[in-house]
Amino acid sequence: MLEIENLHVSVAGKKILDGLSLKVADGEVAAIMGPNGSGKSTLSYVVAGRPDYEVSEGSIKLDGVDLAEKSPAERAALGLFLVFQYPLEIPGVTTMTFLKAAINAQRKARGEDELATPDFMKKVREAAKRLNIPQDMLKRPVNFGFSGGEKKRMEILQMALLEPKFGILDEMDSGLDIDALRVCAEGVNALRSKERGLLVITHYQRLLDYITPDTVHVMHKGRIVKSGGPELALELEKSGYADYAEEAA
Amino acid sequence: MAAVQETVDKVKTLDVDAYKYGFTTDIESDKAPKGLNEDIVRFISAKKNEPEWLTDWRLDAFRRWQTMAEPKWARVHYPPIDYQDLYYYSAPKTAEGPKSLDEVDPELLRTYEKLGIPLREQEILAGVQADPNARRVAVDAVFDSVSVATTFKAELAKAGVIFCPISEAVRTHPELVKKYLGSVVPVTDNYFATLNSAVYSDGSFVYVPPGVRCPMELSTYFRINERNTGQFERTLIIADKGSYVSYLEGCTAPQRDENQLHAAVVELIALDDAEIKYSTVQNWYPGDSQGKGGIYNFVTKRGDCRGDRSKISWTQVETGSAITWKYPSCILRGDSSRGEFYSIAISNGYQQVDSGTKMLHLGANTSSRVISKGISAGHSQNTYRGQISAHRKARNARNFTNCDSLLIGNSCGAHTVPYIEAKNSSAVFEHEATTSKISDDQLFYCMQRGLSAEEATALIVNGFVRDVLQQLPMEFAVEAQKLIAISLEGSVG
Ligand SMILES: Nc1ncnc2c1ncn2[C@@H]1O[C@H](COP(=O)(O)OP(=O)(O)OP(=O)(O)O)[C@@H](O)[C@H]1O
Ligand SMILES: [Mg+2]
Repeated sequence: MLEIENLHVSVAGKKILDGLSLKVADGEVAAIMGPNGSGKSTLSYVVAGRPDYEVSEGSIKLDGVDLAEKSPAERAALGLFLVFQYPLEIPGVTTMTFLKAAINAQRKARGEDELATPDFMKKVREAAKRLNIPQDMLKRPVNFGFSGGEKKRMEILQMALLEPKFGILDEMDSGLDIDALRVCAEGVNALRSKERGLLVITHYQRLLDYITPDTVHVMHKGRIVKSGGPELALELEKSGYADYAEEAA
Repeated sequence: MAAVQETVDKVKTLDVDAYKYGFTTDIESDKAPKGLNEDIVRFISAKKNEPEWLTDWRLDAFRRWQTMAEPKWARVHYPPIDYQDLYYYSAPKTAEGPKSLDEVDPELLRTYEKLGIPLREQEILAGVQADPNARRVAVDAVFDSVSVATTFKAELAKAGVIFCPISEAVRTHPELVKKYLGSVVPVTDNYFATLNSAVYSDGSFVYVPPGVRCPMELSTYFRINERNTGQFERTLIIADKGSYVSYLEGCTAPQRDENQLHAAVVELIALDDAEIKYSTVQNWYPGDSQGKGGIYNFVTKRGDCRGDRSKISWTQVETGSAITWKYPSCILRGDSSRGEFYSIAISNGYQQVDSGTKMLHLGANTSSRVISKGISAGHSQNTYRGQISAHRKARNARNFTNCDSLLIGNSCGAHTVPYIEAKNSSAVFEHEATTSKISDDQLFYCMQRGLSAEEATALIVNGFVRDVLQQLPMEFAVEAQKLIAISLEGSVG
């Protein structure tokens, strides 16, 4: 369970999250929608522990553990995974090498044995197949020269392999073509389980047509201004954020 | 990739100032008095029982050296070196040169064990029987001024390969030494090479006869142990027509507060259709995190592709030394000869690296390839200096140079100084250079996937140097990967 309480965050002296509170239970899929610049990516970064964000107030807890003092790697080992809105490229490091390093770093942090290479390879191949990722892409450097859609598919693959306790998906649908969107959404749906919470950030209903959320939250100027069920997303699709702009002002 | 994991584990077990090879060994040594003059040069020559021609050759070098000035063009800064305040000869105290390993001081053998260098052939052989696929490496170990052990001599002799201390080769194969010594790096080549010619004490000698593919990797480990002692080794490798040899060089030194001088000369000669592959993992002590101590490494390495279709390839991983001044070069004399230079140079703390290569195209249809990866961290300065030139007769000379720099942090510097000169209009020289930085975003991305800052840095750096690592013999590649991680310690966070 992810619990965020009264979170105040600034970057470079600019206040971006302004008293944001949000709870996502185990097994719940929550969606966040909100206009550009409302602070959605900032929220995902802060939860994942990216440096240079000043948290002046509030708390973030994952399964009751306060994340404030935890490094990004420690948060990952606790089971937090972030699908980046803009995945990074790492030249020269093959995707396979990267995946193996990540999996084993997390296993080690949790006191588990490293995955044997054959088991690892098998796992990756199967997961890649389900996401229509060609095998030779795994031999290429991480995200290097990948198209926008390929990068997103790779993010979902990583999530599937790392089996996180909680996943934050920041605009996983941007850049995906119609077929890829379906395949990736199916990949995400396959990861839905009673134990796993997901926070899906998106601008569009079409993603939520595939991944039906349990709750929908509207974010504006750094806080959640309205929460509801899946119907809230449909309303937004029609009316936009104009109402909230007035409310928040 | 298991090696990456190993790298990562290694990093975890180390403190910032923990140079792994920084121990000293208590061995009684036989030293020449401090300082340098003709008597010292004669002393060294006498210690080695050298023939008169060599004594004269040294004295000539010494006299030339006295008229020369230290080069100042490199981008390195250090206080003046007092050449009279150094020892020029130090040998572990065994009456004569050791005849077998049993005569070697056990303390010395333990030193090499600590360094992970197997000197006992029996043990290596035992290992080989257990694993028939394990690659064997013949080792020559040089401790301060003398070679203490050369392994696998007998087996190499069967193939006709000569691999022995150069001091021994002077006695056993004087005609070869006389013919080739100083033929690639002339006595007066440069200040440090000339000094080396006067006072070099030992080093390795290799001769591979025509048509022979050397049956195993040859390797020399150099170790500076004594305080205030300069190490001046001399390596001479001759690959006769149609032969092949792969040679590995490793270096370490104890951790000392004062700087130590290392001025080696390496000469390679490849005759028609011969190939020499020379790999170095240089891990001299780099000084502490404040820039105190460390080795001054002023090295002249040059290969002469004397024969047609010959090939010389340098691969170096430079992680140590307070100061590195080193430009392994190729003279592409034979038609259709080829030179290669693959380099990873890492600097951290207050290290200063000025390194690169020269490819001199003299013959027709000669080609060369230069891949240089410089990584700077901490407060270090890392310069690539490369010269590519084509002589008037070098028809169709080809060079490709790729020179990438990676910066870690904001206090270090990377510099690229290429000199390109073509006197033949058919020459085609290509030069590519990039400078990049490990971005905080890249680090965060890796850390979000569970890697620590150090693991993430090691991974990104290993990716950056990948195409060069692939040029190294397997065992060295693994060692190099570990070294890279160790040298970058404390560079993030
Ligand atoms: N390092 C920074 N310095 C200054 N302003 C920043 C910085 N990082 C983010 N911001 C600002 O914070 C605000 C929130 O950005 P954020 O990326 O979280 O928005 P978002 O809701 O994800 O938008 P989008 O829908 O376009 O992805 C924006 O106005 C952005 O310009
Ligand atoms: Mg965003």
